[in-house]
Amino acid sequence: MLAYIIRRMAQSALVLLIVGLVAFAMFHFVGDPIDNMLGQERTADDIERLRKQLGLDRPFVVQYFKFLENAVQGNFGMSYRQGRPVIDILLERAPATLELAAVSGILAIVFGIALGVFTAIKRKGFAANAIMSVSLIGVSLPTFLIGILLIYLFSVELGWLPSFGRGNVVDLGGWSTGFLTTSGLKALILPSITLGLYQMTLIMRLVRSEMLEVLRQDYIRFARARGLRDRNVHFRHALKNTMVPVITVIGLQLGSIIAFAIITETVFQWPGVGLLFINAIQFVDIPVMAAYLMLISVMFVGINLIVDILYFFIDPRLRVDRTGGH
Amino acid sequence: MAAPVLSIRNLTVEIPTRHGILKPVDGVSYDIVGGEILGIVGESGAGKSMAGNAVIGLLSPPAHIAKGEIWLNGARVDQLKGEAMRRIRGKEIGMVFQDPLTSLNPLLRIGDQLVETMLTHLPISHAEAEKRAIAALEEVGIPGAAKRVNSYPHEFSGGMRQRVVIALALCAEPSLIIADEPTTALDVSVQAQIMALLKRLCRDRGTAVMLITHDMGVIAEAADRVAVMYAGRLAELGPVREVITAPRHPYTHGLMASTPLASKGQKRLHQIPGAMPRLDAVPDGCAFNPRCPYVQDKCRHAPGPTAEGNAAACWFPLVQEELS
Repeated sequence: MLAYIIRRMAQSALVLLIVGLVAFAMFHFVGDPIDNMLGQERTADDIERLRKQLGLDRPFVVQYFKFLENAVQGNFGMSYRQGRPVIDILLERAPATLELAAVSGILAIVFGIALGVFTAIKRKGFAANAIMSVSLIGVSLPTFLIGILLIYLFSVELGWLPSFGRGNVVDLGGWSTGFLTTSGLKALILPSITLGLYQMTLIMRLVRSEMLEVLRQDYIRFARARGLRDRNVHFRHALKNTMVPVITVIGLQLGSIIAFAIITETVFQWPGVGLLFINAIQFVDIPVMAAYLMLISVMFVGINLIVDILYFFIDPRLRVDRTGGH
Repeated sequence: MAAPVLSIRNLTVEIPTRHGILKPVDGVSYDIVGGEILGIVGESGAGKSMAGNAVIGLLSPPAHIAKGEIWLNGARVDQLKGEAMRRIRGKEIGMVFQDPLTSLNPLLRIGDQLVETMLTHLPISHAEAEKRAIAALEEVGIPGAAKRVNSYPHEFSGGMRQRVVIALALCAEPSLIIADEPTTALDVSVQAQIMALLKRLCRDRGTAVMLITHDMGVIAEAADRVAVMYAGRLAELGPVREVITAPRHPYTHGLMASTPLASKGQKRLHQIPGAMPRLDAVPDGCAFNPRCPYVQDKCRHAPGPTAEGNAAACWFPLVQEELS
């Protein structure tokens, strides 16, 4: 097991190195940063001096390693636009995105699995068919449209929930949380539904089809033939087997929840890293973009690593195959 | 004779389809007493498994019991629904499926699967159930049972898994076991071991066994009596020796004649002309009449008499010793 985890971590590190290369390459492809940093009134000397000062006169590979070295230490340079260290800006914005993503992710997983199991077990019931039909909306409507529809309904027409922002936040030692105030919680509702709806319907439909497949298996028939209670058959025997393929998808979807947060954050003017990224693109703020890219890839890779380790706990067959003996 | 454990009377299973009602089991009756092994034999689609599924209440819709009665230990069970039937499954009727590789849940330890089955049906503590699980595995001949209870199904070979399946089917001490092709998916060398095991366990406990198979060899070896099914109907029912050596129904006769025997040194195997009719095209009269070498006019109009006790469902049963 340990060998397997170490191997997976080495692979993750490789992925991050490659993403780092892409992030670093952005600096070179999107124009000369010196041009952006010095104003119109510049001399050749100024350019040369800044180039040397920033280390931009050194070979590409050396610069890349310098970039990596700094990145590992959390140093992504200064934001072109705000003139502050990128890492500070990111850390300041991250709680908003992570809280939104966490709530959406939990909503998507809990409701996705519950509804998936329900629609699989009561396959022919009216409620199950109704849910399946409605879920088509979740799969087919684009996120921003759902967000705007929700704003129209609950903020504009009914006036129940705020249409933008995080509400009041409480600062817990550098982590600003919206969980502790009523307005913060209210502000979370619409964005998290918007962000999680697509993933929820996806998880639900996947759980349903996997579960229907599992329910046809011999070991389910055998479990029924042994007179086990329906609850036991469905949730212990069937659901566990259903989860093996579903977990992979959930892992990937959690990653994309953070990535998709860009759209939701834009619609709801949610002060998270996604909105930061969109603004950074508008102002060609490369250090922020590069850092965002790295941050997202670290999360993706981290989630995938966790998923791979989860397999071990769910499927005993992997424990033998991968580690060669037990 | 002791009161039968299982008594099936005129059982008919129907499947409504767009093209009319199919009858995969059509007016079948037989009894099984405790400790007895009744072999149910027939070709694929003859209704063997369907009858077994009807007894344990696991017919997959739209198949359903349309007529007849099923009595288990003196109580009628064919009309029981949902929860009442679930209590009987596993507790009073155990089932062994064909493929041991797919019958066990791959994600649960076999010990846990045994324990949950016992706890569902027996008023015992968890610790007691664990003890019994080890005993059950020992009984079916799993070496090192105390350690193996914590193994997962994939850590066992096919034959060992079928032993686990048998332990699972028997762990709540049912009075009837339905074994649906229990050896078909196994190695020939393992088949005999598994049959011997099933036979011994059921004799010891006085469990009645419904042994569904298409393998006459298995029947000859293990069963006490045999019921031959053809197109959903019972063709012949009787003690194994009589049915094998002196079949009275022309279908059974053809079936026996097509079984290769090392002692006979035949050049060519006998073959019954034609094929079993599809369920939507069962002919009038005796279902076997188009293929029967002894067919007469009556067979084309009136269904054969119902086989019950020691009888063949044939208007003109064979009286001969030629196969002995």
